[in-house]
Amino acid sequence: MSTSKAVGRSGQADDSLNLDWFIDRAAQILIFLGGISAIVLIVGIFVFVTQEGLGFVFGRLDLVEFFTSPRWAPTSGYNPTYGALALMVGTASVTGLAMVVAVPFSLGAAIYISEFANPRLRETLKILVELLAAIPSVVWGFIGLTLLNPLVIKAFNVPIGLNVLNSGVILGLMAAPIMTTIAEDALKAVPDAYREAAEALGATRLQVVFRVVLPAARNGLLAAVLLGVGRGFGETMAVLMASGHSIHLPTSVFDSVRALTATIATELGDAAQGSDHYRALFTLGILLFLVTFLINLTADIVLRRSGGRRAARPGSAKES
Amino acid sequence: MFEATALDAKNQRDERLVKGAFLVMTLLLILPVMLILGVLIWRGAPILSIDFLFTEPTQGMTAGGIFPALIGTVWLVVVALVASVPIGVAAALYLSEYAKDNWLTRLINLAIINLAGVPSIVHALFGVGAFVLFFRFGTSILAASLTLAVMTLPVVIVSTRESLQAVPHAFREACWSMGATRWQTIRRVVLPNSISGILTGIILEVSRTAGETAPIMFTGATMFLPFLPQSVLDQTMAMSLHLYFISTQVPDVPDALPYGVALVLIGMVLAMNALSIAFRIYLRGKKKW
Repeated sequence: MSTSKAVGRSGQADDSLNLDWFIDRAAQILIFLGGISAIVLIVGIFVFVTQEGLGFVFGRLDLVEFFTSPRWAPTSGYNPTYGALALMVGTASVTGLAMVVAVPFSLGAAIYISEFANPRLRETLKILVELLAAIPSVVWGFIGLTLLNPLVIKAFNVPIGLNVLNSGVILGLMAAPIMTTIAEDALKAVPDAYREAAEALGATRLQVVFRVVLPAARNGLLAAVLLGVGRGFGETMAVLMASGHSIHLPTSVFDSVRALTATIATELGDAAQGSDHYRALFTLGILLFLVTFLINLTADIVLRRSGGRRAARPGSAKES
Repeated sequence: MFEATALDAKNQRDERLVKGAFLVMTLLLILPVMLILGVLIWRGAPILSIDFLFTEPTQGMTAGGIFPALIGTVWLVVVALVASVPIGVAAALYLSEYAKDNWLTRLINLAIINLAGVPSIVHALFGVGAFVLFFRFGTSILAASLTLAVMTLPVVIVSTRESLQAVPHAFREACWSMGATRWQTIRRVVLPNSISGILTGIILEVSRTAGETAPIMFTGATMFLPFLPQSVLDQTMAMSLHLYFISTQVPDVPDALPYGVALVLIGMVLAMNALSIAFRIYLRGKKKW
């Protein structure tokens, strides 16, 4: 009787083992599908954006005009032109100014938080910076439009306050918390053993920071700046609302400009689906996708190189 | 016994000086934003009331409340979560529990980084091309939410992967040596021990999703609707886009109104974020291992 029970039990165990095995397999397949979802989606984005734009690139579009002419007039009745130079310069000038504003402050803040602040202050500052990074871009655009606009007009006595200066500052304030966070991570990733070794040799705190920690974190800091550039380059709402909308090559920071992203956001609603104009906007999308892809790829390679070098050393444990 | 030499004194002075300079830079990063938030609160607070939250916009969007936009944002966020959380958690499970260190894993990581880096307006183009036109969802909550889901997927993946990896490997080994399958280990050991961390990431995603504007502009959110959405195939108003429209497109909006909308939007987003951070700190304190 006891044997039959044992047989029964083992038989049951076998069945459930099989069932469990099948569930395990099914779960594994589903999880794998989820795992590759990011690849599927990034390829999907590329395919969907290019398939609308590509026909235009090889058909109607004059690449020389696209890259060298500042005349973007896709809705012109008899002679639409598709020169994106002014838009590219617009994006570049706003992003450039934003980086001039944001890079020194975010690197400085990252160094302070990571190397000088006491633990309590460090936690507080990190939380503050994280909260600042969460402010939605449309709110930043609104701030540029309503608060910074009159300020710029009054302070510099210019007729329009929606210009490169305004959107550059807004974009800088926006990108700074993100760059601070990434840069701080990079500094924190420098093993404490480096600091201790330098201090044991009699280095002062400043020598430790400037001669040991910063050089060791160089790649991470570079990646932080690159990701900030990528963020500024692709930002839409803030630039749309604060940069003024004027399609020409800016000659000073007080000129209004139109960015690539803002052009898509403004015109897509009016462009008839399938028209040259519509596909020209998707072409701008291809350009944006490719440039941000390159920036992110570079940042990743830069980071990986530093990570690889550090991982090769023992003692770079997580506690650092 | 030890006396501070002139060099020591100089070093200390230099250190204080540099430390002070970096502190000033940190404050210059934070204080202007605090000031701006202060002005937003000062100008927007007078208009806030229960009525403002729970009535519809009236008189060509120049008066009244924000109820349809608020409800619309809730719709968008919930549908986006339904789509992105299962996929994101699965992706994180794959990366944390199954993936070997090979080219596919590197490719997945690269894809995640790029997915997070693609400009929001390119996500909008993708949403129009894929969800609105190709899958024929039309401009609808479904199309807008899926676009948002794609965009915020990296947030879920990265935060979930972190909390999965925080579960000690010994837990898994103990479970495996009891004869459990990989899935049983995940379901009974890994997930229960990381669920709070995963939730923290999801709250963070909610905050991100609620504030996004560009991706929903052409995929499902609209300027004004006199009724609340009834299904995922309806269009909807949304908080973020409402702020954009009343501050740029609608004429004769009284000054206080957009400040009120901006304040509610920031309040929502920052509250969710703060909740997520508080949760994270609480969990760190409670950690058993």
